[in-house]
Amino acid sequence: MTTRIGVVTFPGTLDDRDSLRAVRLAGAEPVSLWHRDKDLHQVDAVVLAGGFSYGDYLRAGAISRFSPVMETITEQARAGMPVLGICNGFQVLTEAHLLPGAMLRNNHLHFICRDQKLRVENAQTAWTGDYEQGQEISVPLKNMDGRYVADERTLDELEAEGRVAFRYVDMNPNGSLRDIAGITNAEGNVVGLMPHPEHAVEPLIGTGRTDGLPFFTSVLKKLVSA
Amino acid sequence: MPVARVVVDVMLKPEILDPQGQAVQRALPRLGFEGIADVRQGKRFELEVEGEVDQAALDRIHKMAETFLANTVIEDFTVKVEA
Repeated sequence: MTTRIGVVTFPGTLDDRDSLRAVRLAGAEPVSLWHRDKDLHQVDAVVLAGGFSYGDYLRAGAISRFSPVMETITEQARAGMPVLGICNGFQVLTEAHLLPGAMLRNNHLHFICRDQKLRVENAQTAWTGDYEQGQEISVPLKNMDGRYVADERTLDELEAEGRVAFRYVDMNPNGSLRDIAGITNAEGNVVGLMPHPEHAVEPLIGTGRTDGLPFFTSVLKKLVSA
Repeated sequence: MPVARVVVDVMLKPEILDPQGQAVQRALPRLGFEGIADVRQGKRFELEVEGEVDQAALDRIHKMAETFLANTVIEDFTVKVEA
């Protein structure tokens, strides 16, 4: 049976098409999910794509968190379904308390758009199994609210449990504490990161590299072997 | 129906860096406003509440502020009834 991976579209989501394409290139069946629909249409995993859901008017990701689709996703994520939040999706995951901490305006207050080097700090999550521990990858980064913060105790806990999944290398683009670019929950099924792996899955676009594709092949392998 | 106004003020917690407030503070001397040591920028929500603002209504608003208007991971908030 084909593995079905859903991509949610909220009003203001921008990167749903790229995420659907990344899912397809990885060999899974992409399924579009609508924010007002509680039904996940039998998907095996979900990607929350980048953009500015509900205009980010209150806080980035804050309004989406209360959408009908998120009720089901939150429930399923707690039951072990793999969920990947990219950029705005990461913000939604912190607002939904599926991941700890919060995302704030970049420390320099500028929108940023660049190729970003990352180190894979945890190659054991549902979305990172196809990377090597410590591998450095380059994927696009583009955001306004990318500064990851959490209190010291939470940060120490994340570090101690290996839940910092990705760290910025060479430069910290937004003032994120401890250079954190992405984190995972304790179970490793929920992962959030600011940079955009879905924009680096074909050699002709983005960075010209396909460093982002293993996210999508990782989860596919994980689901097939489960 | 009488309508009362309840104000919810949301501020970043003191330990969280507020680059927006800092940008404002840095601009002040340029504009001739001296002597402001620090600026922090927050959000104010004005809620027009239908009916009486009794303790139950305030409790509901407090809950709303806590779950939605503020993110208590990074922000503090206050709720007050405006006369």
